Amino acid sequence: MALYVLRRLGFLVLTLLITSIIVFLVTRWLPGDVARVILGREAGEEALEALREELGLNDPLYVQYGRWLRDFVVGDWGDSFSTGSRIRPLVMGRVRNSLRLALMTLLISVPLAVALGVIAGLNEDTWIDNLISVTSLSVVGLPEFVTALILIQIFAFGLDLLPASSSVPPDVSFIEALPKLILPALTATLVLLAYVARLTRAGVIEELEKSYVRTATLKGLPYRTVVFKHVLRNALMPTITVVAISFGWLISGLVVVENVYNYPGLGRLLVFAIDRNDLPVIQAVIMVTVVGFASANLVADLLYGLLNPRISLGE
Amino acid sequence: MTNMAGSDNGYILEIEHLTVGYQQAGAWREAVRHVSLEIPKGQTCGLVGESGSGKTTLALATMRYLPQEGTVCQGAIRFRGENLLQLKDAEMRRIWGSEMTMVPQDALASLNPSLTLGEQVAELLRHQAGLSESDAGDRTLALFEQVQLGDVERVSDSYPYQLSGGMLQRVLTAMAISTEPSLLVLDEPTSSLDVTTQAVMLDLFRELIGGQQQTAVLYITHNLGVVAQIADRVAVMYAGDLVEDAPTLELYRQPLHPYTQGLLDCVPRLGENKAEVNLRPIEGHIPSLQDLPTGCIFRPRCPLATDVCREYPPLYQAGDGRRSRCHRWEEIKDGEVSPSQPVPEGAKIPPPSAAEQDVLDIEGAEVHFSEGRSLVDMVAGKRPRKVRAVDGVSLEVGRGRTVGLVGESGSGKTTLARAVVGLAERTGGTIKLFDKELPPGLRGRTADMFCCLQIVFQNPAETLNPYLSVGQILRRPLKRLRDQTPPEGGDGGIDEAVTELLEAVHLSREYAKRLPGQLSGGEKQRVAIARAFAPRPDLLIADEPVTSLDVSVQASILNLFNELQAEHQIGTLFISHDLAVVGYLADVVAVIYLGQLMEVSDAGSIFDPPHHPYTEALLSSVPLIDPEGQQEAIRLEGEVRSPSKEITGCPFHTRCPRFIGDICVEQVPPWREISQPGQDVDKRVFCHIPEEELREKQRRAFKFSE
Repeated sequence: MALYVLRRLGFLVLTLLITSIIVFLVTRWLPGDVARVILGREAGEEALEALREELGLNDPLYVQYGRWLRDFVVGDWGDSFSTGSRIRPLVMGRVRNSLRLALMTLLISVPLAVALGVIAGLNEDTWIDNLISVTSLSVVGLPEFVTALILIQIFAFGLDLLPASSSVPPDVSFIEALPKLILPALTATLVLLAYVARLTRAGVIEELEKSYVRTATLKGLPYRTVVFKHVLRNALMPTITVVAISFGWLISGLVVVENVYNYPGLGRLLVFAIDRNDLPVIQAVIMVTVVGFASANLVADLLYGLLNPRISLGE
Repeated sequence: MTNMAGSDNGYILEIEHLTVGYQQAGAWREAVRHVSLEIPKGQTCGLVGESGSGKTTLALATMRYLPQEGTVCQGAIRFRGENLLQLKDAEMRRIWGSEMTMVPQDALASLNPSLTLGEQVAELLRHQAGLSESDAGDRTLALFEQVQLGDVERVSDSYPYQLSGGMLQRVLTAMAISTEPSLLVLDEPTSSLDVTTQAVMLDLFRELIGGQQQTAVLYITHNLGVVAQIADRVAVMYAGDLVEDAPTLELYRQPLHPYTQGLLDCVPRLGENKAEVNLRPIEGHIPSLQDLPTGCIFRPRCPLATDVCREYPPLYQAGDGRRSRCHRWEEIKDGEVSPSQPVPEGAKIPPPSAAEQDVLDIEGAEVHFSEGRSLVDMVAGKRPRKVRAVDGVSLEVGRGRTVGLVGESGSGKTTLARAVVGLAERTGGTIKLFDKELPPGLRGRTADMFCCLQIVFQNPAETLNPYLSVGQILRRPLKRLRDQTPPEGGDGGIDEAVTELLEAVHLSREYAKRLPGQLSGGEKQRVAIARAFAPRPDLLIADEPVTSLDVSVQASILNLFNELQAEHQIGTLFISHDLAVVGYLADVVAVIYLGQLMEVSDAGSIFDPPHHPYTEALLSSVPLIDPEGQQEAIRLEGEVRSPSKEITGCPFHTRCPRFIGDICVEQVPPWREISQPGQDVDKRVFCHIPEEELREKQRRAFKFSE
């Protein structure tokens, strides 16, 4: 297992290096001169040249990349072009918010989706299965802004239970932010729900057909033991992997949800930065996102390894 | 009250007029019809049948564990007097695992991949025997001890993927006997094992069953040898009908149903060769369950069928403890008629003329490959492990001759075949087709070489393109052949050639229009053989071509091989794990172990001692299709060694029952020519033990009852 972890970590570092090169190059190749972006259209050639020299833009590309990477790793992410503030605290605040929303979403969606998937799988092709499948699939067909509006209509305006806007000031605690997290998390849940439930259902059905289930049943074990101890242990492996990977998406991919609810997460920051051509912020957000994705993948792999004796015993 | 009756008559299991049907794709099929069968305690009842005979359905119904679409529509299954069909699931759960257990066929699939083996047995003991955590653990180890699983604690902590099929089968056996059940159902428990492992498992079953006088055993198998060696009584099933039921000895001495006779006639016995004996395949094929013949369902295939057979026969009481579902059983019994199938025409093969030219000449062929390394391993400087799948094999195939290659799984026999064809890259030695050396891989082989060298695979279902009709499949190689060498004088079009090919494999011309999906397993293999013969090859590689077929079909395919080969004088390398089949079909038999040949002998003398100790063990492991047949039990310990381990001396020394000392470990054995007084034999053995000593040791080992 140690070797497996080491190998996965190696892959993680490699992934990050490659994406960092891509991010760096793409932002360098974007049309527009960085110096001109900073100084504005009226700046003279001399001032531009001085700034280029100061920013190191005249150095060879690999030197620039090395410097950029070093700065990034030690935490010097530079200043925002558009607001002039330091980037790191700005991005890290958003990361915290995004993590909260992602966590909340998983807390709601995973138990719900897994339970629905297992129930559907155990009752394959009965009315229960059909009901679950049809409902979850029809929900996933709706775009997030539509489900969000419906949820706001019901829970905020109709029942007056939860706030319609989720804009949270920086520095509030998780508990304080909780009520504002529920609606965005529910919206994201509806996106994930059908996917995870279908996958779980397929896993359960596949495992139920295997011969070892017959062996377990013919031991005379109670049905719940057969299901919980024998079937689910194997059936949930793909689900666990997918849930862990979707964590990456939850951190950065909730652009629409964050916008509808006015929630200050990474997605909104990215949209904001792109609007203003704010390259350093874009770079930082993307790098953080990549780290998030890669870590989620790592966790998925490790969980899978832990559950699969073939890997956890190091073969 | 019924309970009393059950214990009174001593029957553990009484199946009464059982009919089981499946709802499948809107159609209703009865997989088991009107079957009655009783097993008293202490008796082992064998249940024999080919695929589609309903034997597995009957076993599952007996366990009251039918798939959802299966329904019992008639009859009763009494277990110790109690009709299982009337029990609730909760009541079945009390019986399952405690009073009624099952050893399934595919051991690896039948164990939970993510639980330790110890836990999978202990959980049963805790639940059904009420043992505490630690008692169940101790008992599990004791059970593992009882089924002769070497290092029991390691086994207990292992996961299924870490052990071989034979060891997993032992675990399942330990599980099945752990609660001393009244009924033990064994469903083809040795079918996926090598013959040497099968022999050890059969010994174990015999010992365990012998020790449990209170247990009734239902042993399901398609293997007539296995059932002869283990059952007290045999029931034969055909397409859902129970056709015959008799004490084992009597059944094998004088079958009273033509189907039973047909089964016994169509299997090659150990020691028989095509030069002396003809196989008699059962004509036709097993009917589909939707489309059963009226009257006796065996009628279309039966050599004794007459007008009375239009009437569905009852299961006649045919003497003491015997039953037969044949109207003419009395005539058979009195010897007035013979239920044996007529010997097919053209099956008798003239002995091939002395090979004037070798079609295939393999000289010191090696296929070594490296196991994959991960990036981390490479950085750590680990050297890749070498797998020596084929390690210095020399073998010739003469024109018109069949060389049989036998070995257990992992012996390298298939890799050798792939190396000849070019699918596995040879890393050493030479392989010559006539005088031309074949390039190691597919690259560089000429169209001519591809034409000359054809292969028939084990599983015809996977080798025929499901979207092409049989005609299209055959037309393709024919067209390529025509393109290369246009026939002189234009001897007919391609369509005629397709028809000719189909006729050669005994299929009518209508088959050209069919898709592979519409053919039975035997028909598919015929098409595969026709395809291989289409380019008029000089060399045919047949890799386990009859292994996936039922025995009645296997015989006709073997005859087909004989016939076509005699006609076209091609050389054949015939690969099989079945010694009886290879001994029957081949002119020369080569025995392979861990990538090296152990013995090469002409087929006539492969069964006569002296043998290589490995051949001896293989022969001794084959269950004879004769309840009276006795052989000295020579059993191999342990498993085939991984070919990635370094081998010194003789590759067989780790398991050799005739191991003589350090010389076997340290020195490569010599090839010893074996002579037979008064006979002209061509036999060589790769062993340190001198010929006379081998002869002396093996003198008493083999005696066939016939």
